[in-house]
Amino acid sequence: MVEKGIGARVLRKEDQRFITGRGRYTDDINQHGQAHAVFLRSPHAHARIRGIDTGAAEAMPGVLAVLTGQDVKADGLGNLVCGWLVKSKDGSPMHMGPHPLLAQEKARYVGDRVAVIVAETLEQAHDAAEAVVVDYEELGPVVALERAHDAGSLVHDEIASNLAYDWELGDKAAVDAAFAKAAHVTRIDLVNNRLVPNAIEPRAAIGHYDPGMDHYTLHVTSQNPHVHRLVMSAFVGVAPEHKLRVVAPDVGGGFGSKIFIYGEECVVLWASRKVRGRPVKWTADRSEAFLSDAHGRDHVSHAELALDQDGGFLAMRVNTKANLGAYMSTFSSCIPTYLYGTLLAGQYKTPAIYCDVQAYYTNTAPVDAYRGAGRPEASFLIETLVDQAASEIGMDPAELRRKNFVPKTAFPYQTPVALTYDTGDYEATLDEALRLVDWKGFAARKAESERRGRLRGIGLSCYIEACGLAPSQVVGSLGAGVGLWESAKVRFSHTGKVQALTGTHSHGQGHETTFAQLVSEKLGIPYEDVEVIHGDTEKTPVGMGTYGSRSLAVGGEALAKACDKLVEKGRKIAAHLLEASEADIEFKDGNFTVAGTDRSKSMGEVVFTAYVPHNYPAGLEPGMEESAFFDPPNFTYPAGTYVCELEVDPTTGTTEILRFVAVDDFGNVINPMIVEGQVHGGLAQGIGQALLEGAVYDESGQLLTGSYMDYTMPRADDVPSFEVVTASGTASHANSLGVKGCGEAGAIGAPAAVINAITNAIGRRVEMPATPEKVWRALQNTQTPQAAE
Amino acid sequence: MKVSMSVNGKQVSGEAEPRTLLVEFLRYELGLTGTHVGCDTSQCGACVVHVNGSSVKSCTMLAVQAEGAEVTTIEGMATGDELHPLQAAFREHHGLQCGFCTPGMIMSAADLLKTNPAPSEHEVREWLEGNICRCTGYHNIVKAILAAADTMRGAARAAE
Repeated sequence: MVEKGIGARVLRKEDQRFITGRGRYTDDINQHGQAHAVFLRSPHAHARIRGIDTGAAEAMPGVLAVLTGQDVKADGLGNLVCGWLVKSKDGSPMHMGPHPLLAQEKARYVGDRVAVIVAETLEQAHDAAEAVVVDYEELGPVVALERAHDAGSLVHDEIASNLAYDWELGDKAAVDAAFAKAAHVTRIDLVNNRLVPNAIEPRAAIGHYDPGMDHYTLHVTSQNPHVHRLVMSAFVGVAPEHKLRVVAPDVGGGFGSKIFIYGEECVVLWASRKVRGRPVKWTADRSEAFLSDAHGRDHVSHAELALDQDGGFLAMRVNTKANLGAYMSTFSSCIPTYLYGTLLAGQYKTPAIYCDVQAYYTNTAPVDAYRGAGRPEASFLIETLVDQAASEIGMDPAELRRKNFVPKTAFPYQTPVALTYDTGDYEATLDEALRLVDWKGFAARKAESERRGRLRGIGLSCYIEACGLAPSQVVGSLGAGVGLWESAKVRFSHTGKVQALTGTHSHGQGHETTFAQLVSEKLGIPYEDVEVIHGDTEKTPVGMGTYGSRSLAVGGEALAKACDKLVEKGRKIAAHLLEASEADIEFKDGNFTVAGTDRSKSMGEVVFTAYVPHNYPAGLEPGMEESAFFDPPNFTYPAGTYVCELEVDPTTGTTEILRFVAVDDFGNVINPMIVEGQVHGGLAQGIGQALLEGAVYDESGQLLTGSYMDYTMPRADDVPSFEVVTASGTASHANSLGVKGCGEAGAIGAPAAVINAITNAIGRRVEMPATPEKVWRALQNTQTPQAAE
Repeated sequence: MKVSMSVNGKQVSGEAEPRTLLVEFLRYELGLTGTHVGCDTSQCGACVVHVNGSSVKSCTMLAVQAEGAEVTTIEGMATGDELHPLQAAFREHHGLQCGFCTPGMIMSAADLLKTNPAPSEHEVREWLEGNICRCTGYHNIVKAILAAADTMRGAARAAE
């Protein structure tokens, strides 16, 4: 057993540079001869571009180039694409409107890129942007999702309506039959609010074309540099893949928003070529980030749950309208479909489920994956619906859930919405959460609050998620345009030190630490001897990147496999050195030993022999370096129970979270400290969604919440200290490590726990974000506001 | 125009336009990129530095206003290889993930502990109102600051 291996609470390798101000984020990088880019963005939600006069701007001091959509077209660059083809009920493919790097005929949302100005200094570029004259003809905007179908205006003239697709999943006839014999039906209408991911590091990119080498380098805030390289070469055509290096250095948070391939990063690379190889740098300011980062969520749903007379779930029926924004972003189509509809069984053995989803274009920023991506929408819907059912039939919400859980003996469990859950023990996480929060003692605590004039509420959320989308063959059959495997390379040096290269990318998750623990354990070498390398297409093997809580379950397993190959090679070398049969060599704690003897060779000796093969097995290649690709046989399914206990002040409608208990089953855990940190962050984002955050457009399509003065981010005094338990996991069968993934759970499970607690406190449900105003208004409309005086 | 100030104990001078912000001067003129820019409305606090001993959002101050001032940035917090107790506590308690807000958090917390060496959890949370973190949910940041306060009080007692 190595000291800092699997399961150890190891401090992070990456911290030294961040706590001393020596991190290296994209905007920290400055290149020789660098020019600066500023994007001119549409002030209108929907407008025809009749012409752009760049003459005055081009004549301004320091200006190197002013480029528009016509230049993009003239250079034959392709459009941005959505990489997942979803089909409608009738079998027809989704309608993907063209998404140019710079707007051509029309601008389709406030913030749409209309031109780029490249100048010697950032100030000169800003000044010149003011001098670009765009002749806009304003068109009627499509803003409200509920009215997108008959808005009287088309976001994409090429498509007959604003409907991108009308998708369904499940056995409609079976669901209808179950509803017909239901003893009780619970119905709910709910909104899943639109959110802005808000990684604190704004997006940035530096494009550099080297005319001497005919080679391109892009530094970019990316969660998946190889996916950037692929899309930019195969679809946009800005550079051939073998001549494009994409580097994602330190990245200051992503939460999904840095998965996508955006126009800006393609443009700076192209612009560098246009200005004869000067590096071109662009960094978004926060206002641009609000306008142009892909947003998340934005669903309007109607859901129904059919129950028998004992509270058993018979069937569920869901209709959802999803907002795609003005263009289909990189993975946008699969979020409200394959990452949403497929999760609607939750933790329950509901035998029949049907869901249909209409996805619409609107004149708003594109909507795509944001932490959880589809799964928070599913979990929020199920868990508020179940809570309402419990309230309607007069059953304890914990007991109604328990009654309907998939029992731990039923795994692997096939749901009626396509997925096969690997492992789980939902009663165990529920019981632990109820015990920790003292569920039974709530009535007494509520009475105590009441004496102080406060309304106390408690809310449960039993979430499930699916991490590490796979296998590639299955996701391919569902429309994915890429494979969803991951890669690794593990390389010993002469001196026994290891470089572990991964195709995933760390932007806060601590892979440099967790992956080093894993490799250290697998190879029996000190943790300090392992260096993890990621984020550079010219260093690491081709990888798919980090999203969907996949890095450990898919990328970690690829590393484990590469380590296994090294051990197998080492066994051959050790057998030779020890003059023993390979079958008799045991590997443990970094030593190859002849079974039943004390004759052994250390990993270090074996590695040295592999590089200095003077006495070496015949026919064996020298060197100790192995690669592996891993395509998982299934998703992994983390699950857990969250409980929120809060107080509402009826005089102001303000909510104070008193306790938040999270009990998660992530399977096996490599670094509990990092896992708990991931949960904390997810919880704050989930609580933010429930209480504070919401992107709001006015009727004309102007973003009203375009800064931190207007969009309410959770701050330190908005959230409590969390009580997080990640013990007693059920190991996944989808990988040899038994791990499941933990990055998104908090954001998936938290919103329903908070909203159910508010409903429990005030007697009616309010839509997210449950601001003091909404809560106060709801209380005024409540028939018997017990404690309102 | 030329601006001169003391940064992390060293006398420096450089060029700044009248509109150049202190954070821009630090990052682009002096190359001290540990001070970050996360917003454009003085809300996020990623750019907090100390000017004449007090925490300041360096995006809210012009470089010329710092003429002659003593400025400390995150790069000046450690003494040689010895981390400031707050830096050590942030690592010890996993008070950072992506690291982008971290310099501002540490600089802001250092000012808090100067004026209030024994803050309550509530006081720490209230003080951090001007620093946004999207990764940690603040849980471990608060824990780290409370732990650093303990360490610093212990060191102060030992020095007496």
